[in-house]
Amino acid sequence: MEVKNLETRFKVRSGYVYAVNGVSFSLGKAEMLGVVGESGCGKSVTMMSLIKLLPPAAQITNGSVKLDGVELTKLSKKDLNAVRGSKVGMIFQDPMTSLNPFLKIGLQLSEGLVYHKGMSMADALKRSAAYLDMVGISNSAHRLNEYPHQLSGGMRQRVMIAMALLSEPGLVIADEPTTALDVTIQAQIVELVKELRKELNTSIIWITHDLSLLAGMVDRIMVMYGGAIVEEAVRGEIYKDPRHPYTIGLLNSIPRLSADTGKRLSTIGGAPPNLFMKPTGCPFAPRCRFRMDRCEKELPVLETVPGAAPDSGHRIACWADVRDNK
Amino acid sequence: MNTTISADKDVLLRIRNLVKHFPVKLGAFGEKAAVVHAVDDVSFDIYKGETLGLVGESGCGKSTTGFSLLQLYKPSSGSIEYDGVDLVRLKEKELRPIRKKIQIVFQDPYSTLNPRMTIGEAIAEPLKVHALLPAREMPARVAKLLTDVGLDANVANRYPHEFSGGQRQRICIARALASEPEFIVCDEPISALDVSIQAQIVNLLMDIQEKYKLTYLFIAHDLAVVRHISDRVVVMYLGKIMEIASKDELFGNPRHPYTKALLTAVPEADPDREDKRKRIILTGDVSNAIDPPSGCRFHPRCRFAAAECSVHEMKLDDIGAGHLVACNRLAEIGDRE
Repeated sequence: MEVKNLETRFKVRSGYVYAVNGVSFSLGKAEMLGVVGESGCGKSVTMMSLIKLLPPAAQITNGSVKLDGVELTKLSKKDLNAVRGSKVGMIFQDPMTSLNPFLKIGLQLSEGLVYHKGMSMADALKRSAAYLDMVGISNSAHRLNEYPHQLSGGMRQRVMIAMALLSEPGLVIADEPTTALDVTIQAQIVELVKELRKELNTSIIWITHDLSLLAGMVDRIMVMYGGAIVEEAVRGEIYKDPRHPYTIGLLNSIPRLSADTGKRLSTIGGAPPNLFMKPTGCPFAPRCRFRMDRCEKELPVLETVPGAAPDSGHRIACWADVRDNK
Repeated sequence: MNTTISADKDVLLRIRNLVKHFPVKLGAFGEKAAVVHAVDDVSFDIYKGETLGLVGESGCGKSTTGFSLLQLYKPSSGSIEYDGVDLVRLKEKELRPIRKKIQIVFQDPYSTLNPRMTIGEAIAEPLKVHALLPAREMPARVAKLLTDVGLDANVANRYPHEFSGGQRQRICIARALASEPEFIVCDEPISALDVSIQAQIVNLLMDIQEKYKLTYLFIAHDLAVVRHISDRVVVMYLGKIMEIASKDELFGNPRHPYTKALLTAVPEADPDREDKRKRIILTGDVSNAIDPPSGCRFHPRCRFAAAECSVHEMKLDDIGAGHLVACNRLAEIGDRE
């Protein structure tokens, strides 16, 4: 997948909310990409824009999204539906509300296979049962006849994962899939996804607000702020040598479980920006310790970090060089 | 529970055998009556000036415990002694003078501020209700409270919608402080906030604790934050206490199988550690509080469960220095993970 200069805005009563402002990135085959940022930073809207899964008020005003060489932004509704059904799988945050409470699990799972792949219902159900086994739901044949309310939150999320994988998509977008779950259940789901990944060779985009969660699971991390990517690198690099003031501030402000962090946490002052105006300078500038005049006037572009290891893919959007000053 | 350990410290709240059951109706027409065992026979002390962390997964009864302490829920049975007075036995009218000493900060700063009240009115409300201050002195007190929580004194005439989530939580804290309480229940006060804002609020809570000499019950599911802010920690599971210990003991030397699993489930922002770590993955889900398992409530998910665990109720035993664990098989389990 190749995304170039993507811009998405929402029409609201008083004008527009500029949710995504020029996002470019690529995703390799079987790569797992973590996207991290606070609420309103544009991480979900960016990823939903890829397959135009957006509310009517949203407009993609610029940019290109290529999946296996096919330009998705220009596709007709029908062609786009085919892509959504067979090439891209989705896992949403809240398994309580994203399953239809009136339909049996089996019907919800197999419906896509019947519709998109032209399978017979019997075959589709058989395959659904196999996938339920794969995601660790025991007694799968029996579960197909149950309704969502008969399953716990963790089980429902497993059903969602099975559903996303059923059509053997090349890409799965997981939008905060464990945020609504307890930590012990989150650990189960993370282990499951790690195992499935090895087996299935699927690319995964994992959206989250939790930097700690990504530390053990993805290949590469993108940090977003104010509708833009501010830092990007392979996993280890982000934690060991963060270069953007926002990433640095975020990592410093998280208390650690394994050690006592001392009396006070370091903080990032201020609050996340509202995006009613298209940012003219760096969106993080008002909260940044390293702010210069230039930051307020010119939007920094994502550029390779000076002195970065060649295979780290380390890029930041920042005018300052904060290397010696963390 | 062993009470001798508390002899050298002042106990502010002594909770004994607290039970809170909620009657519910099940079935499509509500024809089946049932009982949710939200909190079942819980005993612990809160010392003056400490922060007691209360952790557990959703549905474990941690918020119900907090609400019961403040008599926002009437406990089904048990006693809650505050400064030697059993709050459970008091009538609402007798309770009122004590209410100003015990306050709460809720999780969601969006729904707990009245959108039609200015910030100043909201903060002055407890002062009015408890008739603590003549009206003409209120603006000055509100201004002082606002500056104490890091807001500008002249925002008192603004409405909640003009503030961000973090600022609203500061306002809620100012409101809780208005009646000069001794004890504040913080019910997940940061979990609705953005990551970059959480640290600000944690620091603020610690600052005002020192300044106002407060005692906290800090309810949260984020264990790293609990480690940072607490002196002692209580771990709950399905309405029961599994383990109580000082912060260093609990995080450095957890004994209960549930605590051990809970601690390894928490991810940490350190890739080397994460790649190496051995996670204890608990199988299954939390059991239903309507029909809790017999014996130890954790036994269906416990790696070390034996036949006896489903028969005997567990008692909190002191294993030394105020470290209490509710597990009969500690000797067999030892240091095994």
